[in-house]
Amino acid sequence: MASSIPAQTSSGFLADWRLRHQARLSETRHSVRIFFKDKLAVVGLAFIVFVVMVAIFAPVVAPYPDQGRGKSNLKERLHPPSAQYPFGNDNLGRDVLSRVIYGTRISLTVAAAVAVGVILIGVPLGGIAGYFGGWIDEVIMRVTDLILAFPSLILAMALVAISGPGLRNVAIALVITWWPWYARLVRGISVSLRQRPYVKAARTMGVRSHKIIWSHILPNAVGPVIVQLTLDIGTVILAVAGLSFIGLGAQPPTPDLGLMISEGRLYILSQWWMAVFAGLAIFMLVLAFNFVGDGLRDVLDPRTRR
Amino acid sequence: MSLLSVENLTVHFKVRRGLSKKSMLVVHAVDDVTFGVDAGETLALVGESGSGKTTVAEAMLQLNKPTSGRVCFEDRSVTDLSAKERRAMKRRVQIVFQDPYSSLDPRMTVHDLVAEPLRALGRMSGKELEERVVSLLEMVGLGTQHLWRRSHEFSGGQCQRIAIARAIALEPDVVVLDEPTSALDVSVLARILVLLHELKERLGLSYLLVAHDLAVVESVADKVAVMYLGKIVEEGPATELFSRPRHPYTVALLASVPSPDPEQRSRLGVLPGDVPSAVDPPAGCRFHPRCAYRLDICSQTAPEMLQAPGGTRRACHLPLETLPVAKGLEDRHAMFESVALAEPAPAFGEGAETAAAVMRGEAIDPEDVPRDREGLD
Amino acid sequence: MGDLLEIRDLHLEFVSLRGVVKALDGVNLTVREREILGLVGESGCGKTVTGFAVLGLLPRQQARVTSGEIRFRGENLLAKSDEEMQLIRGKVISMVFQDPLASLNPVFTIGEQITRVIRTHKRVSAKEAREATKRALAATGLPTTDTILDSYPHQLSGGMRQRACMAMAISCGSPLLIADEPTTALDVTIQSQILQLLLDLRRELGVAQILITHNVGVAAQTTDRVAVMYAGTVVEQGRTSDVMKHPRHPYTIALYECLPHGKKAGELATIPGSVPDLIDPPTGCRFHPRCKYAMDRCIDEKPLPTPVSGEHWVSCHYVADRVATDQAAVTA
Repeated sequence: MASSIPAQTSSGFLADWRLRHQARLSETRHSVRIFFKDKLAVVGLAFIVFVVMVAIFAPVVAPYPDQGRGKSNLKERLHPPSAQYPFGNDNLGRDVLSRVIYGTRISLTVAAAVAVGVILIGVPLGGIAGYFGGWIDEVIMRVTDLILAFPSLILAMALVAISGPGLRNVAIALVITWWPWYARLVRGISVSLRQRPYVKAARTMGVRSHKIIWSHILPNAVGPVIVQLTLDIGTVILAVAGLSFIGLGAQPPTPDLGLMISEGRLYILSQWWMAVFAGLAIFMLVLAFNFVGDGLRDVLDPRTRR
Repeated sequence: MSLLSVENLTVHFKVRRGLSKKSMLVVHAVDDVTFGVDAGETLALVGESGSGKTTVAEAMLQLNKPTSGRVCFEDRSVTDLSAKERRAMKRRVQIVFQDPYSSLDPRMTVHDLVAEPLRALGRMSGKELEERVVSLLEMVGLGTQHLWRRSHEFSGGQCQRIAIARAIALEPDVVVLDEPTSALDVSVLARILVLLHELKERLGLSYLLVAHDLAVVESVADKVAVMYLGKIVEEGPATELFSRPRHPYTVALLASVPSPDPEQRSRLGVLPGDVPSAVDPPAGCRFHPRCAYRLDICSQTAPEMLQAPGGTRRACHLPLETLPVAKGLEDRHAMFESVALAEPAPAFGEGAETAAAVMRGEAIDPEDVPRDREGLD
Repeated sequence: MGDLLEIRDLHLEFVSLRGVVKALDGVNLTVREREILGLVGESGCGKTVTGFAVLGLLPRQQARVTSGEIRFRGENLLAKSDEEMQLIRGKVISMVFQDPLASLNPVFTIGEQITRVIRTHKRVSAKEAREATKRALAATGLPTTDTILDSYPHQLSGGMRQRACMAMAISCGSPLLIADEPTTALDVTIQSQILQLLLDLRRELGVAQILITHNVGVAAQTTDRVAVMYAGTVVEQGRTSDVMKHPRHPYTIALYECLPHGKKAGELATIPGSVPDLIDPPTGCRFHPRCKYAMDRCIDEKPLPTPVSGEHWVSCHYVADRVATDQAAVTA
């Protein structure tokens, strides 16, 4: 029996890698093609990419980075939008444009942190609950029931109120409030998959439970989880903004978008630019994520594919 | 000494129908089943929906927990072993499932699918693993060009080959074949049977064939055990069973197989009614409501499994002479001519819907409940 | 007895992402009154597509009939609009499918579903419809009790569900029933009952049937005439006893050799090669790459149906040549 595996030379390495991953590559190409059919999703994605780039390079892009971060500029208080200050100045004279740029940076960072937290907690718990069933399932599901019984925002508010205001506590509170949805989602998938013949086959082959959950069950949960996440991120951003608005989240002088709306609330009828641009930023960001989520659903939802 | 056997195996599943403990129903999937697969032989476990044959096979693979009785490997009870030893035992019995597509993870490449058992129990890696995967694929007639593709790119027959390669990867002693050909076309089925035959000879395998297609069984099996509603009704060498069935259910089963020869008119509709519920099996002999030859005793006492001529065993109250006999294979259809028709049994009984729901895997109870053939995947 | 259904040289294509699938490449079939015709073939041969085409059930955007006719009692069904076909479906031509659970609506009782079909096609009162439903159920061997009428599909066993589907199909007295693999999902003893039911429906109600199946045994036991399909064409057609006892087409012969009935594992034959991709099918005779009698002509020219004897027709150049030489020998 001759081994037909080619030796790995340096030039052959890339070719070999491409061969090994050909299935995944062609599927990715196919997915991208499907995604690009949804024009709104493409626009949304482009917008998000743009915003992310701006957020990352905030110190360079923002015209007045110090003011963005909070330094006052009392000379130019409440000036309307002008050439030097395209979004106008707020009540402390700070450039609203720079503030919005730094604000989106914060929103995205917090949202990302919440997303990571929710996935790290919710997905494995859901997978374990669904796969093992029995008392493990019961315990985890009762905990999720408990948390889900509370209206999410009220619960988040209560948690932040207890632990003290600040973006870090907001992030933690949101993770606690949100992970049960994902645990539920993944548990459902896990339950339906554990009876599949290929999972049974893996058990007969002696594959250990944690490996089965990791290799067979969770990969199938990735799609629905990502779709749900992109749709939820909008809600998270809004929740962060909302909590900041009522004073539980970011504290001044942090350029949080919700805080900016709160601070601009008093001036809204005359110096509208303080609040409106921040509000618009939130609106467009959430909308973009929703579009992308819809587009991803077409790609990743196993029911609408193939 | 049998290679792989079950002794007094009983598997009951609990199904909760409501919230209270009182509404617990018990599905008697397998009741007191004893038989064994000897080295180098193919034993066919035959039965229809609700017979429990899949449950028995899964018990042998440690995929469910028997309520009582033992699963033995070379006469050593598997249940007596420690968890670690039980896991090590898994490499000696492997399975090929009925539906080639759902038995392969659609996200994995052929390479990873075949490598999975080698990595898990075989503890292989690196070059050794790669070479073994390639050689296994060659054994089933696939090549390296298939290595990195996914199952949906292949035909049913090819997928079944991948599943077979995966099953023999750990060099098992027994391979359970769960209706390996029922999802395949005739021409593809033939190739798979030929492949299985070759592998059996080449690797010294024994097969436990779980099947309902009697033509395939007759062609492949050395021994046959017929199951009905959780019990074995008849067991013996294939040649004996097919030429001279000694249980009314076996007779009905054989008579129902449509022959591809239009001049040999099969008796259609010989067995009326449906399989009763496994939640509430009939008293006495479980087959008696549908049996054309039933006696009074059949509804009262369950028959014991006794030795019969020809190296067979049967569980039936009827004296052997009552059943029609064929003198040879040509005579078989003439034999079925004389089979009496039973009166149709009542349409459905209590709990039929529960059993059907359980069989489809809709049990509320989180315990594993297998699907039987009734399930329409 | 005239022809109830005649399919003449039907060519049908599907538009798919990968290309145009030439699913049917000249299908010729006839079904006579009160006759059971078997449509036998392996997966992908086009037998189900043919059945769907008769009832116009193929999606109009993707499926295109490029040529041919489907005539029911002389009328061309392909020329009819969807509204006209709606009047035919269920009333004149009915269909029963492989999976009875998927064919029945889980939220309606059996009684409700059958009465609905009846009332769609006939102007009767609810009471009369219920009576008609009971008659249909009785004809298919189901009890006519209220228990059954008020049962939901999931409460019945597989065999009973299939009977309920058949009751629905014959409830309006259709002269033609298309049964697409009606017993494939059923156990062998239940399959046997359903096959007996098909024969009973023909005998008692005069229902002609097209029985689509991949199981040669099922076709052998139930049908009067049979048509064998391969890769979108009918390769052999005739009385069941003729075709199955004396198969002439190389595919039919090879198929029989593959059957496990009565053979030991070591004796099974196989057909080399595999079913062709219908987006790029072989030229000429679609079976030629796998046929041991293939000649050059088979690559260029598609064989036409040639009579072998009486009603027995075969589409094969090799067989046609043999028939011609035999005839020449006779007349010489």
